[in-house]
Amino acid sequence: MMDPKVLERHGLKPDEYERIVGFLGREPNLTELGIFSVMWSEHCSYKSSRVHLKTLPTGGPQVLQGPGENAGAIDIGEGLAAVFKIESHNHPSFIEPYQGAATGVGGIIRDIFTMGARPIALLNSLRFGSLDAPGTSRLLAGVVAGIAGYGNSIGIPTVGGEIAFEPSYAGNPLVNVFCLGIAKASDIIKGVASGVGNAVYYVGAKTGRDGIHGATMASAEFDETSAEKRPAVQVGDPFMEKLLLEACLEVMQTDALVGIQDMGAAGLTCSTTEMGSRGGAGVEIDVSLVPQRETGMTPYEIMLSESQERMLLVVKRGREAEVERIFDKWDLHASHIGEVTDDGVLRVKNRGEVVAEIPNRSLTDEAPVYHRPMEAPEYLAEAQRLDLDALPDAPAEKGYGPFLVALLASPTIGSKRWVYRQYDHMIRTNTLNMPGQGAGVVRIKGTDRALAMSVDGNGRYCYLDPHRGAILAVAEASRNVACAGARPLAATNCLNFGNPERPAIMWQFAKAVEGIGAACRALDVPITGGNVSLYNETDGRAIYPTPVIGIVGLLEHADRVVSRAFKKTGDAVILLGEGRGELGGSEYLKVMYDLVRGVPPAIDLVAERALQDLLVELADARLMRSAHDCSDGGLAVTLAECCFDTDGTGVEASIGGVQVSRHAGINLAAALLGESASRVVISTAPEEANAVLARAAKAGVPAALVGRVGGTTIRIAVGGADAIDASVDECERAWSTAVEQYFAKRVA
Amino acid sequence: MATFAVIVFPGSNGDHDAYHAAKDVLGQRTEYIWHKDTDLKGADVVVLPGGFAHGDYLRCGAMARFSPIMREVTAFAERGGPVLGICNGFQVLLEAGLLPGAMLRNRSLKFQCEHVHVRVEQTDTPFTSACARGQVLRIPIAHGEGNYFADPDVIATLEANRQVIFRYTNAAGVVEDAANPNGSASAIAGLCNERRNVVGLMPHPERACEPALGSADGLAIFESVVQSLKTGALVARA
Repeated sequence: MMDPKVLERHGLKPDEYERIVGFLGREPNLTELGIFSVMWSEHCSYKSSRVHLKTLPTGGPQVLQGPGENAGAIDIGEGLAAVFKIESHNHPSFIEPYQGAATGVGGIIRDIFTMGARPIALLNSLRFGSLDAPGTSRLLAGVVAGIAGYGNSIGIPTVGGEIAFEPSYAGNPLVNVFCLGIAKASDIIKGVASGVGNAVYYVGAKTGRDGIHGATMASAEFDETSAEKRPAVQVGDPFMEKLLLEACLEVMQTDALVGIQDMGAAGLTCSTTEMGSRGGAGVEIDVSLVPQRETGMTPYEIMLSESQERMLLVVKRGREAEVERIFDKWDLHASHIGEVTDDGVLRVKNRGEVVAEIPNRSLTDEAPVYHRPMEAPEYLAEAQRLDLDALPDAPAEKGYGPFLVALLASPTIGSKRWVYRQYDHMIRTNTLNMPGQGAGVVRIKGTDRALAMSVDGNGRYCYLDPHRGAILAVAEASRNVACAGARPLAATNCLNFGNPERPAIMWQFAKAVEGIGAACRALDVPITGGNVSLYNETDGRAIYPTPVIGIVGLLEHADRVVSRAFKKTGDAVILLGEGRGELGGSEYLKVMYDLVRGVPPAIDLVAERALQDLLVELADARLMRSAHDCSDGGLAVTLAECCFDTDGTGVEASIGGVQVSRHAGINLAAALLGESASRVVISTAPEEANAVLARAAKAGVPAALVGRVGGTTIRIAVGGADAIDASVDECERAWSTAVEQYFAKRVA
Repeated sequence: MATFAVIVFPGSNGDHDAYHAAKDVLGQRTEYIWHKDTDLKGADVVVLPGGFAHGDYLRCGAMARFSPIMREVTAFAERGGPVLGICNGFQVLLEAGLLPGAMLRNRSLKFQCEHVHVRVEQTDTPFTSACARGQVLRIPIAHGEGNYFADPDVIATLEANRQVIFRYTNAAGVVEDAANPNGSASAIAGLCNERRNVVGLMPHPERACEPALGSADGLAIFESVVQSLKTGALVARA
């Protein structure tokens, strides 16, 4: 019997060990134990999440590849496919922000080109503690530099993303990266090993001792010793990845390839096992043939290393020379390390001697699956209670302009220019909507088409109601895509939660997945893949439950793309959707009262769908000159943001009041800054306003002409009385320096 | 019709963009030339594109001068052929000694990607002949090491010889510190050699050739060389 301490170090429970013995019919050796430990880690096996993920909608006529492959793929017409996925690199980024984030980008890019697609766009979704807390600016700077350093070097534009700051992420930042590539629909390549006797090749960086047990690390909570885990974070080499990218795409142009997979989490172990398992075959390799960076590496270390920029290929017998020639051209060496077998076994040799022999299925399909206990968290009932009458009224001698300015200066709402200026967002000359919009938009050369994509999530909403919060996240990402004029087609998700062994966390997870499923069904955006990141806790404190949703949509005519900013003085401003003054979980309560309370805004998915369909229709008919959705900070913030990047053009608007409190001030704030869902501010040529209102009426979408573009101030009346009159310049200054100001001192 | 050669180093990433601008936007014959090749295949214009030629972990562009094709590019330049180095291509030209000076890290110490304004200082080069002197172009930059540096006497010579071709300015065409994105000496955004046929610049004209991308001001640089070739102002044969 294995020493219990050895099992514990491998993150395996005693009953899991019993299972291993059962599968093998004997005690595993240490190499085998290592292989089981990474393949059965939460990160690779999804053992806590799998039963829930199964409930998500994954099919539809647009889906070419659903979950289970390196990335999902959808049909975007003209024989093309969009291949995309989102993935987390939270734990490594906390331990070493630059390399953690950089290798996260490297990993997701490999997932995309592995499918035969050329990556053309990156997005990211980041969460940090309060920006004024010690250490946050250093973490943010490191993560941003890491993302920039990797993506910029390879030449894939980062075209959008989102960042929020909440104390709950202080000890556990989230770094979720999304990548999208384009392939011919007929040329999508899969991660399969098949055909007995076909050659197994290793290409890319040499294997070192870095990242051993990275997957296990990503499946454990942090404590004060986490900084000591630094050796488990890998170091990225974007130039190597660029060579791999170009060489692999060139190899894929031949038909010599059977399958290919990148070595990500659990490295050589995961790639050999998964490829064999998908192909219903076995894989036999000899680790002594694996190129090594360090001397004296054991089979255990070679199998578990997470050195970056490595790929595993299965090449048709007789075609080896052809493939080797292409890698030679790129100064890469392809090493023939093994063969495909027909026995369904992962067999690892070292100089001919068998050092591990494990049935593939025991590592993949038959890995443990848990129905973990669930229970609503204790905090919930109290946190959902919001008594607006009991709050002190909002004093407003100077009107509500200062409130608006304060919200615009909140780092979560303010401009992220300091961040995206560091990302090359224009390379490949496809970027039609610059970052700082709701969705990133890239055209597809050689066609009239363009793709819009957005990543969104709101941890505060999900903390207060994970089910509704998740629905709101799907709706917002999809709405952002529709605001650009694109029809939302499909989704990918990155589920960031705490320790699933705690029933309250598991409950949050299950509720969020239910919500995602409901929203994706209603909006017809099936989930094509994604990633689960659990154990996001430090010293027993979990992050806010944070499902992040990425949505991809299609514009059939790239020149009909719509952007955020108002275009022309005199244009009519129309509000689609209705405000109900909902303040639960709002940025307003957070900034003004330091409160995270109440229930998030209600959402009717049928109304949301109608709204999004209308947006696509209006864009297609060229009836919208701008569109911007209402989210954090509500309508007033949205109207203000529509005025930014217009050289100071203002807006004059008049909206209805709401009655949510006995306090007049809070009622006004609720009308202006409440975060009711399913609302979008659009602008249109004045002579077309009636046509827009008529189309909205026909679509059953509430719509009201609320004002016009013009002047140099943001003037908003509520219920006929002036509430805000703030200069665009002052507002834009607060907004554009919201994040930058925390770094101003450092810039020479 | 002119033939453009876009040199492809293994870490080039602006190669597709230069190719697209020359071929699809301008409608010129355009070829990729692999850095290990030793033949420019009859090109009339050579473009060294942006990127990180050989990873550039040492110094931007430092290794590229050892690529076999650079011997041909140098010979082409010596024959008077028009050579345009964009961003990393500019860095490669500096490292190869085809243009004087060096690049330091941006004074922000950060990679910067944004639209900037540059003023066309001289129009007697093949890449600015279709521009007006003093014309302000709105073109993006995307670099971490674009802070041009040279000894004061080198700068003085560059100025005396009118080799400064592009300067960072504000939208009105006025040089001011706030409009210098990276701290470049004398706000230098682009240079030519003494013979004026080799031009390097940090901004990316190939990213500003279509209104849909936010600016088409960069097109003038490519149109200039096509016109120069047409009017026979240049004797160029690879």
